[in-house]
Amino acid sequence: MTVHNIRHGDASDGAEAVGGRLSRVDGPAKITGAAKYAVEQQLEGLAYAVLVESTIASGKVRAIDTKAAEAAPGVLQVLTPDTIISLRTASDWFGTPPPDKPYCPLARDITFSGQHVAAIVAETFEQAVAAAALVKLSYDEAPSIVDLSDAKAGDGIPIDAMTKEWGDAQAAFASAPVRICAAYNTPREYQAPMEPHGLIARWEGDQLTVWEPSQWLDGMARTYAEWFGVPFENVRLVSPYIGGGFGSKALALSHGAVAACAAKMLGRPVRLVMTRPQTFTGYGGRAATRQTVTIGADAQGKIQSIVHRGVNETSIDGMWVEPLGSVTSIMYATPNFSSKQNVVRVNSVVPGAMRAPGENPSAFGIESAIDELAYEVGIDPLEIRLRNYAEQDPYAKKAWSTRQLREAFAAGAERFGWSKRSPEPRSMRDGNQLIGWGVAAGTYPVRRAYGEAIVRILADGSVEVESSSIDMGQGTYTILAQTAAETVGVRADDVVVKLGDSRFPRAGVTGGSRLAGVMTGAVYKAATSALDQLVGLAISDPRSPFHALQANTLVVANGRIGSPRGDGPDVSIAELLKSVGRDHIEATGDTMPANSTPEDRYKNYTTIAMALPHTEGDYSRHSWCAHFIEVHVDEDFGTVRVSRVVSALDSGRLYNPKLAESQWKGGIIMGIGQALLEEGIVDRRHGRIVNNNLADYLVPTNADIPDIEVISVGIPDLHSSVLGGKGVGELAIVGVAPAIANAVFHATGKRVRDLPITLEKLI
Amino acid sequence: MRDFSYLRAGSIDAARQAAALPGAMLLAGGTTLIDLAKCGVAEPETLVDITHLKGLDSIEVSERGATIGTLAKMGHVADHADIKSRFPAVSEALWQAASAQIRNMATIGGNLMQRTRCPYFRDPSNFPACNKREPGSGCSAIGGVTRGHAVLGTSDACIAMYPGDLAVALVAFDAIVHLGQRQIPVDDFFLLPGATPDKEHAIEPGEMITAIEIPSLASARRSTYLKIRDRQSYEFAAASAAVGIEFEADGRTIRDLRVALGGVATKPWRARAVEDALKGKVLEPDAVRAASLLAVEGAVDHGANHYKIELAPRVVARAILKMGETA
Ligand SMILES: Cc1cc2nc3c(=O)[nH]c(=O)nc-3n(C[C@H](O)[C@H](O)[C@H](O)COP(=O)(O)OP(=O)(O)OC[C@H]3O[C@@H](n4cnc5c(N)ncnc54)[C@H](O)[C@@H]3O)c2cc1C
Ligand code: SF4
Repeated sequence: MTVHNIRHGDASDGAEAVGGRLSRVDGPAKITGAAKYAVEQQLEGLAYAVLVESTIASGKVRAIDTKAAEAAPGVLQVLTPDTIISLRTASDWFGTPPPDKPYCPLARDITFSGQHVAAIVAETFEQAVAAAALVKLSYDEAPSIVDLSDAKAGDGIPIDAMTKEWGDAQAAFASAPVRICAAYNTPREYQAPMEPHGLIARWEGDQLTVWEPSQWLDGMARTYAEWFGVPFENVRLVSPYIGGGFGSKALALSHGAVAACAAKMLGRPVRLVMTRPQTFTGYGGRAATRQTVTIGADAQGKIQSIVHRGVNETSIDGMWVEPLGSVTSIMYATPNFSSKQNVVRVNSVVPGAMRAPGENPSAFGIESAIDELAYEVGIDPLEIRLRNYAEQDPYAKKAWSTRQLREAFAAGAERFGWSKRSPEPRSMRDGNQLIGWGVAAGTYPVRRAYGEAIVRILADGSVEVESSSIDMGQGTYTILAQTAAETVGVRADDVVVKLGDSRFPRAGVTGGSRLAGVMTGAVYKAATSALDQLVGLAISDPRSPFHALQANTLVVANGRIGSPRGDGPDVSIAELLKSVGRDHIEATGDTMPANSTPEDRYKNYTTIAMALPHTEGDYSRHSWCAHFIEVHVDEDFGTVRVSRVVSALDSGRLYNPKLAESQWKGGIIMGIGQALLEEGIVDRRHGRIVNNNLADYLVPTNADIPDIEVISVGIPDLHSSVLGGKGVGELAIVGVAPAIANAVFHATGKRVRDLPITLEKLI
Repeated sequence: MRDFSYLRAGSIDAARQAAALPGAMLLAGGTTLIDLAKCGVAEPETLVDITHLKGLDSIEVSERGATIGTLAKMGHVADHADIKSRFPAVSEALWQAASAQIRNMATIGGNLMQRTRCPYFRDPSNFPACNKREPGSGCSAIGGVTRGHAVLGTSDACIAMYPGDLAVALVAFDAIVHLGQRQIPVDDFFLLPGATPDKEHAIEPGEMITAIEIPSLASARRSTYLKIRDRQSYEFAAASAAVGIEFEADGRTIRDLRVALGGVATKPWRARAVEDALKGKVLEPDAVRAASLLAVEGAVDHGANHYKIELAPRVVARAILKMGETA
C-alpha cells in the first residue's frame, strides 16, 4: 500500500496542487474553437438588433423618421424612445436605492456623441444593419464641453471623499530646500477587448435569460431584474467564456436593456452585438485625467511634503471618480501631505473601470514626479525611492500586512543590472539610438469580498465545482480546479469546474483583482467539508472497507483513500462511494461571516457594498511591484521602442505562478500601450472620438513587446486571503507608463508628462 | 452595408465589361473594399470577383525588369527571391505594410487602389462633408483631427494622405501600370486631389489593372524602404522613404538617385528635387541632410501634422545614408 504525499507549491509530482504551474484548463477549448462564447448560442427564432447612435454631442433629438427603416426588408421592429417599453431605474453598484423614475435606454436628450437613440430589430443581422442606415434623425443641437481642456469645462466638482491630508503640506512645501512641481496628463483610454460587447436576451413568461460576456453575473442579473421589475431569481445570466473585459464588462449597460426590451416586445430571442466603433462610445473607457504633483524635499531627497491635485472627466449626467491620490498617498513616507480631487463634466459617455482604475494614472503622476526629484537632487532614481520608503501605510497609519517592495527593488535591480546605469541623461547610446533606463513602482490594494461554491465528489471519483464567478482569461477555471484537487485529494485532471451561470452558487464582481482570493477560499471551504464527509463515511459506514480499522482519520490523495500509516485498505474514491451506496457527496462552502442573513448574502453578491476595506482591522493590504525598463529612442525620429523589461512583483502567494506571470506580463504589455500608443482622439468641433477602431486606436503588437522578465517576490499574506494570495490582475500595469517616461527622460533629457509618448513629442 | 449582387468574372474581358456598369466594383482580396462597404463608404451594387481569373498572379523577373500580375498577393511578392535581390525597396515596402493576415489576402492591384485612412472619409453618418466621397460637400478634416493628414500635394478641397507603401517604392523606380492595352507610368496613375479629390486614379470605367512592371535599374538593386511610425508593426507610415542609389565606378559619386516619400502626401511622392541636388555629387552626410530638406519644399501643415514636415527629411536622409554605407 502506498501513502501519497502532496508536496505543496510544486506541480512536479503531478498533483497540480495550488501553487503548481498547471496550464490553463480552458486552453484547448479556446484554441480549437470549441469554446462557445455567450453570443454564439444558437437559438430558435433568433432576431437581430442593431443600434442607431446620436451624431451630435449635446442637444435634443427633435424627430426620428423611421418610415423607410420600417419598410425595409426583414425589419420586425423599430425601437425609439417613443416605442420602447418603459423600464424602472435600477440601483447603482453600491446598491443605493434608485430614484423612483422610469429608465429609457434610448435617449431623447443627448449628452454625448454615440449615445443610443434607436434600434432596429430584423430577421437577419444584415437586414438590421441596412435598415439602421435608413433611420433619419434631426436634432436641436446645443453647445458641448469637449474635454478637460475645454474653456467651458471649468474647475469641476470637488469630491470631498477623495481629500487626504495630514501635517501642513503647503507650509512644509514653502520652506523645503528642494521643490518640484509639474502637471501630468493621461488621455481617454479604452479597454478594447477582443470580444466586443453584446448579448442574447430571451424571455419565457417573466423569466429572462441573458447570454452575455460578464465580469459579474449576479450584479448584472440584479440590474436586469430591477429594470424589468421581476424577482432577482427570474433572471439568469450565462457567461461561459469572456473574450477580455479589463473592467468594461462588469455592469449591465444600456445596449443590454435595449436587447432585453426588444426580446420582450417581440416575444423572440434577440441578439445585439456592438460594432467596434460602438465600443468606444457605448460604454466608458478610462477617464482622461490631469494631476499636479508638488514635492518639497531636503537636499538629500528626503520628502517633506507632497501636495497633489487631481481632476478626471466624467459625463454630463453620470458620476465617475478615478481616485488619483490612491498611490500618491501611500507610496512614500512624508510628514506632510495634501491630496484633493475634482471631477469635470464633459459631453462623453460616463467613463468606467479599466485595469487598475485610480492607481494607474495616480502612479503616472507620483512615479514621474519622484523621478524628477531624483534628478533635481542629483541622486539615483532607485536610491530616492529607498530613502523615502514607507515603513507603514502613511495615510491609514497602519502596518502593512506584507510589503515586499524593498525586495522587489533589490531583485529587479539585480536582474536588470541597474548598478551599471550611467546617471546622466543622453549618456547611453547605440548609433542613432539613445538608450534610457527607468524605474517606477506600482501598487494595488487587496480588495476582498465573499464568495460561495459547491463541490461535489461524483460516483466515478471525479470532482465537480460550481460557481457563478467567471473566467475572462485570468485562469479561474484552472486555479479552482487546483484548489479542489489539492483539498479533496484528487488530480486536477479529475476536477471539472463549471462557471459563468448565475444559477450556480454566487460570487461578487470579478474586478479589483479580488476573485482568485475570494473563490479559492470558498472552494477550499466547500472542498474541505466534502472531504470531511467522504472521510466520515469511510470511517463510520459499516459497509466501508475502512470500518473495521477504527481509524480517526484517513488520507485521500490522487483519488485514492488509505490510512495515514498505510496499513489498511487502499481504495479509489469511486470504489468507496460504491461500497457505501452513495452516488455523490456534495458540500457548499462560502467565506461569508457565520451569522450572515439571506439579505446580507444578496447584498454581497449583487453589490459592492459589503467589500472589505483594504485597511480593515490592524493592517493595510496591498500588492506591490517595481518595473525596470530600457528604451531605445531614435534621436532623429523620436520613436520609442521598449527593449527590456524586468519587473519584480509581490502578489503574496501565487496559486498558479504560470498564470500569474501571464497576467503580470499582460498588464505590462497594456502599460506599454498606455505609455506609447493609446489615446482616444476627439474631434473638438463634434465632440466625437475619431479613432474608434483598432486600425487607428493603437494597442501594442508583438513587434512592440520585448522579452519581459517577471520575478515573484511575494510571501503568503494570510491577512489578505484564506490561502495567502494578494491581487495579481491589475497590479502589473501600475507603474509601467512612468517607468517608460522616466526611461525616455534618461535617454533624451526630455520629460514627457502627457501620455502617450508619441514621436512628435520627442522630435 | 447594403445588399449587393455578386458576380464571378469568367475572363478579363468579362470582368472589364461587368465593372463598367454603374454601381459595379472589382473585388480582389477585399481587404479595402469590404471594409469600406461596412463603413458605408463603398456602396457597390455588384461585386465583380476577379480572384479566380487565370494568369494574373504571376511574378516574372528578367534582365529587363519585373512584371507582377495584379492578383499576386502582397505576401508572395514580398517574399519572392528575385524581387528581394533586385528590388529590395519593393519587398521591404510590402513587408512593412499592414499585417501578415492582410498581406496573405491582399493583391498588388488592390494595394495600389487602396483608399485613404482619413477618419472623416470613413464615417459618412457622422461626417457627411467629404469632397472625396461626395464631391462638393466640403472637407471635414480641415480644422479637425489632422495628425495623419498630408502636408504635400494638398488642396483646399482635400488633404487626405495616400496611405500605401508599395506605390511609394514603385514611383521611385518609374514602374508602369498595365491596364490591359494601355500602359501608364505609376506617377501619372495617381492624381493630385486638386478640385476633384474623388478622382484618385487615371483609370476609366471598364479598365482594370492587369499588371505592374518595374524596369530594371541599378538604383533599384541598391534600394531600401524606411518606414517610421509609432507602432513597430501594423501601422501606416508617419513618414516613409523609398531610396535607391547607383554610384559611379569610384563607389562614392552618385550617378543615379531615386527618392520617394510616403505617409506625407496625397499621392506617392517622388522627391526629384532631392535627387537632382545630389546626383553627380559625392555622398557626404551633411550634403545629404541639406538636400533632404528639399523633400518637403512647399509643404503645408494643418496643425497636428506639422511634425511630418520635420520628420520626412530625416527619414529621407537616414535612408540615403544607409544606402551609402552599403557601398
Ligand atoms: C488595418 C489595415 C492596415 C493596413 N496597413 C497598410 C499599410 O501599412 N501599408 C499599406 O500599403 N497598406 C495597408 N493596408 C491596405 C492593404 O494593403 C489593402 O487593403 C490591400 O492591399 C488591398 O488589396 P485587396 O486585394 O484586398 O483589394 P480590394 O479590397 O479587393 O480592392 C481594393 C480596391 O481596388 C479595386 N481593385 C482591385 N483590383 C483591381 C484591379 N485589378 N484593377 C482595378 N481596380 C482594382 C477594387 O475595386 C477596390 O476599389 C492596410 C489595410 C488595413 C485594413
Ligand atoms: S481630407 Fe479629403 S477625404 Fe478627408 S474629409 Fe477632407 S475631403 Fe474627405
